[in-house]
Amino acid sequence: MSTLTTPPDAGPEPDSGLLAPETEGLEEKGERRRGRRGFLIGAPSLAYLVLFFAIPLGIVLVYSFATRSRTGLTILGDWNLDSYQRLADSLVLEIFWRSLWLAGLSTIICLLLGYPLAYYLATRPPRLRAVLLVLVMIPFWSNFLVRTYAWRVLLASDGPMSGVLGWIGLGDVRLLFTPFAITLGLVYGFLPFMILPLYASIERLDFSLVEAARDLYGSGWQAFRRVTWPLSRPGVIAGSILVFIPSFGAYVTPEILGGSRTTMIGSYVVRQFLSARDWPFGSALSFAILAVMLGAAVLYFRSGGKNL
Amino acid sequence: MRINRLAAGLAVLTVGLTACGREVGGDAADDPTSDGTSTATEAAATAECEEGETDGDLVFYNWSDYIDPELITQFEEEHGVSVTSDYYPSNEELLAKVQSGGSGYDVIVPSDYMVNIMREEGILLPLDKDAIPNHVNVADEFADPPFDPGNQFSLPYQWGTTGLGVDTAVVGEDVEASWDLIFDPETASQYSGQIALLDDPRETMAAALYYLGYSPNTTSDEELQEASDLIAEAKQHIAAFDSNLYTDLLLSGEVAISHGFSGNYFAAFAEAENPDQYRYLIPLEGATKWVDTMAVLADAPHPCTGHTFINFLLDAENGAQLTNWNYYGSPNAAAEEHILPEILEDPAIYPPDDADLFFLEDTGDAEILYNDLFTRAKS
Repeated sequence: MSTLTTPPDAGPEPDSGLLAPETEGLEEKGERRRGRRGFLIGAPSLAYLVLFFAIPLGIVLVYSFATRSRTGLTILGDWNLDSYQRLADSLVLEIFWRSLWLAGLSTIICLLLGYPLAYYLATRPPRLRAVLLVLVMIPFWSNFLVRTYAWRVLLASDGPMSGVLGWIGLGDVRLLFTPFAITLGLVYGFLPFMILPLYASIERLDFSLVEAARDLYGSGWQAFRRVTWPLSRPGVIAGSILVFIPSFGAYVTPEILGGSRTTMIGSYVVRQFLSARDWPFGSALSFAILAVMLGAAVLYFRSGGKNL
Repeated sequence: MRINRLAAGLAVLTVGLTACGREVGGDAADDPTSDGTSTATEAAATAECEEGETDGDLVFYNWSDYIDPELITQFEEEHGVSVTSDYYPSNEELLAKVQSGGSGYDVIVPSDYMVNIMREEGILLPLDKDAIPNHVNVADEFADPPFDPGNQFSLPYQWGTTGLGVDTAVVGEDVEASWDLIFDPETASQYSGQIALLDDPRETMAAALYYLGYSPNTTSDEELQEASDLIAEAKQHIAAFDSNLYTDLLLSGEVAISHGFSGNYFAAFAEAENPDQYRYLIPLEGATKWVDTMAVLADAPHPCTGHTFINFLLDAENGAQLTNWNYYGSPNAAAEEHILPEILEDPAIYPPDDADLFFLEDTGDAEILYNDLFTRAKS
C-alpha cells in the first residue's frame, strides 16, 4: 500500500517572483537552487515509483488487451477488448459485489472498534500513551501469515472459540470457512491501520473547543457530534481508506479463513494467473480493481474534502 | 503432487509482475544454444552429453520431502560434484520461476500437465537419451505419455493418484471407496460439514465428472455444466475447498473426508497418533493418476550433470530407494524387485490393474470454462 503514502515533497515552487518582484536576482537564484535541490531529493523516490509502479502497471495494461492462446500463453498482438467484456459476466460482478460488501463491513466494524480506542489512547497522559501505542503495533512484529493461520486454530471446530460458544449454549456453530471468519480476519488484520490515523487526528484536537461546547450548554453527544467528530474526520477518512482498500483486494485472509468457499476478488485474480493461465483477463481484472479503489478513494475524499 | 496453492499465489502476486516483462511465446530462437532453425514449439538443440559426463555442480529444483537425502550424497560422491537443492510448493510457482529464463536451475520435477505447458513454451531441453541409458528402465505405461509423446523432454520420477483420505472413526471401517461419499446426497448428508475438497478446478471438476461417468478431460459444455451443478449441490455439505492443508484438516478432526494427493496422506498418516484410524481410498468410478517427471531446463547452466543425475535416479536400485523413502509409486520397472514388499502390496500406492485411472490433460480453451464453472459452483 506504499502507493498511498503522500509523494515526497517536490520542494518549494520556483515562483518567488510573485512574492518579491523587486528583489529578483539573488533571491530568485536561491529559490531556483532550492527547487532543484528539492527535485534531487525527490528523484530517488520518483525513479522508484516509475520503475516499480508505473512501468509494471503499464505492462499489466498492455497485457489486458492481449489474447490467451489455446495453451495458455499470452499472445502480444491481435489486441482486443475481450477481457474487459468478460468483466460484465454475472460471476465477476457477484465476486466484485461480495468483495465490496465484505470490505465495507470490515471498514465499518474497524471504525466502530477503533474510534473509542483511539480516543482513549489520545486522552491518556503522554507516557502511558506511548506505551499503549506500542501495544497497538505489537501485532506487526510477527508475520501476518502466521497470525492468520493462528486464527484458523482458534476458530476450528474443536478450538477455543467453539468451546466458548458451546459453553454459553450456542452449540454447534461452524466458524471457520465462513464469511464471518473472513470478516473477523480482515478486521483483526487491518484494525491498527484504522487506529493510528484516528489517534493522530484526535491527539491533535484542541480539547478546549470541546470544553467551550459544553460551556455553551451542549450535551456530551452534541459536543461530540458538532466538535470532536468533524475535527477528527481527516483521521476517519484516512483510516477508512487504509482499511477498505487492502480489505477489498485481500488474498491471504479469505484464502486461509474462507476455505475459498467465499471467493473474493483477490483469489479470483490469482486463479487467472495460476490455474486458468489467462493473463489478459487477470490483467483486466486488476485494472477493474484499480478503478474501483480509485473511485472509492475519490468519493470518500470528496465527501469529507471540505474538512481536510 | 500439487500442495501449496496459497504460497504459489503469493509468489505470483510478488514475482508475477516482474515476470510480465518476459518475451512471451516460444522464443527458443533467442536461446544462445539454439541452432536458429528450431520452430516455436521445439526447444533449443539437444545437449550433447556423454554418459556420466558432468559439466559443473548441479542445481536441483524439486518438491520438498521428495527425495532421500542419502541419494543426493551418493550422487555427489559418485560423480565428484556438489548438489544444491531448492524447493517449490506448486507447479504454478515452478512455472512462474523458470519461464522468464535465467533461473539457474538445471533439473526440475514438473507434473504431467505442466510438462505439456513447458514444452509448448519452449523452456525444456530435449533429452539426449544416449546420456541416459537407464531410460530403458521406465515401465511401458510411462514410456510414451500423452503430455510428452516419446518422452522427448521428460522422464518419469514418481507417480501417484488423487483420491479421498478418510477418518474411519467417522465413516466406519468398511467404507466403500466411492465418490458417493461426496456427491450422493444421501451419503454426503451423513457427513455434512465434514467434507473437504481440493481447491483445484481441474481436480475437483474431475471428481464430479468421474461420479457422472464422463471423461475428466471433457470439453463438452453440457457435461461441464452438469459437473458444476453437482458440486454446487454438494456444497451444502462441504466444509472447505482447500489445496494446502487437506491432510491437517483430516488429522485434526475438522473433516472426516478429504480430497487430495496420495503420497501426502501416507506421510501424514505415518505421523498421526493413531495411523490405523485413517485410510486413503481410490474411488472405484475413476480417479486421477498423475506423474511427476524429471526435465532439464533449456537454459540450464549444467545440462550434462543434469542428464547424469536423471540417469542416476533411473537406476534400478536408486529408483527403489526413492520409493522406499517417499512412498510414491515408482515408474521404474527395473526397480520393482528392490522395493519393499509392503509398499508393492499396498493397493493405495499400487492400485490394482483394473482401477480406472486417468491423466488430466490440457484442454486448451476449455481451461477457462473449468475455472469459471468451478468458481461459480463454489460461491
